Amino acid sequence: MPKNKLITVTNISKSYNGVKAIDNISFSINKGELFGFIGPDGAGKTTLFRILTTLLLSDTGTALLDGLDVVKDYKKIRKILGYMPGKFSLYQDLSVEENLNFFATVFGTSIKKNYELIKDIYIQIEPFKKRLAGNLSGGMKQKLALSCALIHKPKILILDEPTTGVDAVSRKEFWEMLKKLKEKNITILVSTPYMDEASLCDRIALMQNGKILSVNTPNTIINNFEKNLLAVSTFNMYKLMRDLRKYELTETVFLFGQNLHYTSKNESQNTDELRKYLEQKQHKNIQIKNIKPNIEDCFMRLMNK
Amino acid sequence: MIEKEKIIEVKGLYKKFGDFTANDNLNFDVYKGEIFGFLGANGAGKTTAIKILCGLSKPSAGKISVAGFNVYKQTEKIKKNIGYMSQKFSLYEDMTVKENIRFYAGIYGLRKKYIKEKTIELLDRLGMNDFADSLISSIPLGWKQKLAFSIAVFHNPKIVFLDEPTAGVDPITRRQFWDLIYETANNGITVFVTTHYMDEAEYCDRLTIMVDGKIETLDTPDNLKLKYEANNMDEVFMKLARSS
Repeated sequence: MPKNKLITVTNISKSYNGVKAIDNISFSINKGELFGFIGPDGAGKTTLFRILTTLLLSDTGTALLDGLDVVKDYKKIRKILGYMPGKFSLYQDLSVEENLNFFATVFGTSIKKNYELIKDIYIQIEPFKKRLAGNLSGGMKQKLALSCALIHKPKILILDEPTTGVDAVSRKEFWEMLKKLKEKNITILVSTPYMDEASLCDRIALMQNGKILSVNTPNTIINNFEKNLLAVSTFNMYKLMRDLRKYELTETVFLFGQNLHYTSKNESQNTDELRKYLEQKQHKNIQIKNIKPNIEDCFMRLMNK
Repeated sequence: MIEKEKIIEVKGLYKKFGDFTANDNLNFDVYKGEIFGFLGANGAGKTTAIKILCGLSKPSAGKISVAGFNVYKQTEKIKKNIGYMSQKFSLYEDMTVKENIRFYAGIYGLRKKYIKEKTIELLDRLGMNDFADSLISSIPLGWKQKLAFSIAVFHNPKIVFLDEPTAGVDPITRRQFWDLIYETANNGITVFVTTHYMDEAEYCDRLTIMVDGKIETLDTPDNLKLKYEANNMDEVFMKLARSS
């Protein structure tokens, strides 16, 4: 086994009342990686994280974190893990400072000892350190939760949907914080339903219905998209959508912001042919160009396989 | 040019909570059949404004009408003429699909016969006939969202308010949801929508971006991109959404 593998998951499955939340998943994560689990609600991301954090037993399979088994060595694993659940789970009736102190004490350390690690994040909420955690804004709660997850200097940080429901600007700021933590040599596992965050990870696992559709670097996943992808727009996008759906050569057509992303059943189809069809349908200002797919294109393609 | 029919008119809307001004002199109109995007960072004041427009909260000042009714005195009439759907609360999990439809339609005072006919038509259109008697808790999230939306417009309101309707659903379902939105707007129902997905901002006819309680900008996606020299709405949002 290569020495840089920090996490190895083999054939993990978990069912709730006969419904498979996780279906025979295997993957490994290298030391120092920023690894993303990307998928919608119900993909199995939280269940997987709860197994890795030793909070839930899997039905089958094994998971090793830094050589430690999630079942046998759960006590040791908890010492090297920082975990931020999707739901805010700090003590609402303790102050900011009290929460942080509590987590430090539980792990046998102090704020002072590991202050350096959380400084960049904690400094933003330090002016409010006497405030009860329950009275913080969403963004501040998030920063406190991250500080608490880091205060014992974990080797591995696991973040369950830290950016869900967060606006685009705050999301960007959060990812900046993660990048800085990565530089401090912490291995980070993060889940998200936002496909655009995939490109910020070293490697990603695309998840859907308890299965991993693909694991790779974002670039490789994009390069593996086997079809020619076109971005199409005309003056009337709603009509364009309807017309392209009716078109006999259409394989897939999806809305993507200001364009439609289109693949053809006929790989050798040239854009002139498509343009002719759209002209015939009385479209004005027809724009067709070849584009590189993004992770969302890839995800939808893998979903339909 | 034909004058567009205004369905929402907001003039000088203020909402204060103590010393804090959540909505600071908002001015905008929304037209019939328009998809109107209501964007802004968390805490910018979107929810406060939506509550006022839905007749759930009174403004501190301002002249505001929704579907032709006054938000101070005619809130019950407003409620009858709008639909509302949010990601957090949509349907009763321990009731079946059909029961949920009947329940909501009943609240709006629709006749039994009409509800029956329209229920069949709706389930057909959504391809959900097999699930008619399934509990909501047993159907996939994407279907719940589509059903919740269809129920929100079941009584044929003038406006439907959608508060982050697509959060957490898979990318294909997210797009199917926008098909429903387009179809609804095409039928003349005004769609008022909030979202954190910036690609969805592109699908709006016009949109506003709120910053610190104020409307920072209001225009079509194309004009906003021109004005802020941006390639897409994500860039526009990044330039505007964080003032302080």
